[in-house]
Amino acid sequence: MKELLSGNEAIARAAYECGVKVAAAYPGTPSTEILEQFSRYPGVYAEWAPNEKVALEVGIGASLAGVRTLVAMKHVGVNVAADPLLTFAYTGVNGGFVLVSADDPGSHSSQNEQDNRQYARFAKIPLLEPSDSREAGDMVGLALLLSEQYDTPVMLRITTRVAHSQSFVEKREPQPQELRPYCRNPKKYLMLPAFARERRAFIEERLAGLKEYSETTPVNRIEWRDRSAGIITSGISYQYVREALPDVSVLKLGLTWPLPEKLIRSFAEGVKRLLVVEELEPFLEEQVKAMGLAVSGKEYIPSTGELSPGIVAGKMIEAGLLEQQGGPAAGTVPEDAPAVPGRPPVMCPGCPHRGVFYTLRRLKLNVTGDIGCYTLGGLPPLEAMDCCICMGASIGTAHGAEKADPAWAGHAVAVIGDSTFLHSGLTGLLNVVYNRGSSTVLILDNSTTAMTGHQQHPGTGYTLMGKSAPAVDLEALVRALGVKRVRLVNPRDLAEVAEAVKEEVAVREPSVIICRQPCALLDRQSAPAPRVLMEKCTGCKTCLGLGCPAIAIIDKKVSIDSGSCTGCGLCVQVCKTGALAKGGADHA
Amino acid sequence: MLKPLDIIIGGVGGQGTILAGRVLTRAAQEAGYDIKVSEIHGMAQRGGSVVTQVRLGEKVCAPMISEGGADFILAFEKLEGLRLLPYLKAGGAMIINDQAIPPVPVLVGAAQYPEKIIDYIRSKVPATLVLDALGIATKCGNPRAVNMVLLGALAGNLPLEREIWEKALADRVPEKFLDANRAAFAAGYGQQK
Ligand code: SF4
Ligand code: SF4
Repeated sequence: MKELLSGNEAIARAAYECGVKVAAAYPGTPSTEILEQFSRYPGVYAEWAPNEKVALEVGIGASLAGVRTLVAMKHVGVNVAADPLLTFAYTGVNGGFVLVSADDPGSHSSQNEQDNRQYARFAKIPLLEPSDSREAGDMVGLALLLSEQYDTPVMLRITTRVAHSQSFVEKREPQPQELRPYCRNPKKYLMLPAFARERRAFIEERLAGLKEYSETTPVNRIEWRDRSAGIITSGISYQYVREALPDVSVLKLGLTWPLPEKLIRSFAEGVKRLLVVEELEPFLEEQVKAMGLAVSGKEYIPSTGELSPGIVAGKMIEAGLLEQQGGPAAGTVPEDAPAVPGRPPVMCPGCPHRGVFYTLRRLKLNVTGDIGCYTLGGLPPLEAMDCCICMGASIGTAHGAEKADPAWAGHAVAVIGDSTFLHSGLTGLLNVVYNRGSSTVLILDNSTTAMTGHQQHPGTGYTLMGKSAPAVDLEALVRALGVKRVRLVNPRDLAEVAEAVKEEVAVREPSVIICRQPCALLDRQSAPAPRVLMEKCTGCKTCLGLGCPAIAIIDKKVSIDSGSCTGCGLCVQVCKTGALAKGGADHA
Repeated sequence: MLKPLDIIIGGVGGQGTILAGRVLTRAAQEAGYDIKVSEIHGMAQRGGSVVTQVRLGEKVCAPMISEGGADFILAFEKLEGLRLLPYLKAGGAMIINDQAIPPVPVLVGAAQYPEKIIDYIRSKVPATLVLDALGIATKCGNPRAVNMVLLGALAGNLPLEREIWEKALADRVPEKFLDANRAAFAAGYGQQK
């Protein structure tokens, strides 16, 4: 039966059909749904690991023990997991192993747009790039076969437009796999220098074999059409090329590392002009150039941002492969068009983080930030974050700044979410204690991984598969790291937050303030919206400084949208004229 | 041969655009179309602009619609309709909800919410259908069914049988909301330019 599935759903389905038994991940857009979907199939085991490195290590163990395994992460997650990955490439597998890297060209939900195809080449492992959901599923099966046949982890690299686009997929019956018995083999699995050197040689043999395979694999294919030009492409770019240039010859590459040199040469010979169309880095182009072939690519195709059929068509006009159509170019905005204000994402009404950032801004502190919903605290009107680099960076960054300028810690805090802290904030905090820093760290504990859609983590008391689990005690945990000053505050109480922050920043030793209140989307028991006392409102706009989407000033008076307001009460606290009063029957 | 149809559904995070898209694709599958859909999840869902692109045809390649390529734009909010206007084909149709949800830059006074959006769109797009979807949904007894009113209005303009839509609704809408959503859909279906 065919079903309309997203790339992520197709990957999860195919993993189940191909007998994958164990899967692990840390949530990250655009990869999150893979594990969520997979965990619902019967007879499988799936878990959220605290970070991607642990997820990959769990996967390595599962493969070692002899089952087919899938590990998924967003592109920047592979940075975290790169250490085990580059040596797992040496040991190879027992049970088939596929690593899904979900890249995000255009940085829809990410801090960068790195091209993880480079990792496959770096690690010397095969790389598959699907162009739609059906291929994404099929390539899970292929990845597992290659993995077992060539004794290697395999990277399946998708991008946002494959992960989150839907197309038809044929469902198949699951094929259970026998456990591949584990045999002790230190020369293969114990990477001491002497054994690693032997495996290093094996990797080159393996690559040679894979290269040969890439010449004949059905996922690398030439589609001959008009031969005046030929385009080499892969992944989602293939769809754009087909759309923009339906008559051109195409070499569609599904296995993009190692590349099929003979196939590329014969394609090049068959066309008058050779181009590469690929998103982000000139990954294919440089290799084709290194083969000594005349080819163009990035001189036309941008290496930043996402491509689209429209961009590819426009660039192919520049390259002389397409005729310019008459009339104004599609999408030109007429001169009389009204200016369209942007609609940036904002924290939800009632978000427990809002009051914290409002307070930090008012206290004029330097804030080293981290990754999550709360990164939105850096945008207007809150504008209370100075930097944000990667998961867990807030604490190390604060410590480094203090060591450079001892006065720094007296007017600065680090801010990190609960899930992010457990992902990679722990070691940073340990370092502050060990190296005698005095950073103040705010853990914004909303009891979930909110940004990616509310996943469980070691602090929530539940697992991905819905089992109850011990919830880590954050206070005890940070105390165990050696932090003596630990306090718990209610982030909905602005005075309490301000007082705690002022005190801890002033103290010359490490301190942790846990701001605990569940995410507003989890805890929907809302209180009534504040009542507006019109006569008292002076239209001063102080309340707008909260950036709550439920508050507007209309005709110089405050107005609360009772539909979206959760009654969190922050605006009541910031209004100096008493125009906003706590709602509810007892006040009516 | 099924005529290709490119449809953009745009709105603000939380307005129910995703469910509208899911009912639409269910109906299109029943009608025998090849389908590709593109959605963006994640950061954009925190009150930002959300867009679902639905492409129908005999055989569809790219999941995205280019500027100047959409046959229909279904706008759940006026500003989002204006933002998406460059994607509409010459001769395409705009179905737009007469509702303003000011974005935060407007709320805090850093930007202006454009005036007369509907007049401007009408001046550019003869085939514009304006609906008070919230009013219609409220009359049908469920103010949350704005998405179904708008989907109904789109459905009334698409070459798909009415029964197919009933089936798609039953497949995609949770049982306990089905009656209210059906009524809202039917009310939208009856709206004409
Ligand atoms: S999802 Fe939760 S944590 Fe994120 S902005 Fe909304 S309320 Fe805040
Ligand atoms: S009480 Fe005030 S700040 Fe809180 S959600 Fe309602 S309007 Fe926003």
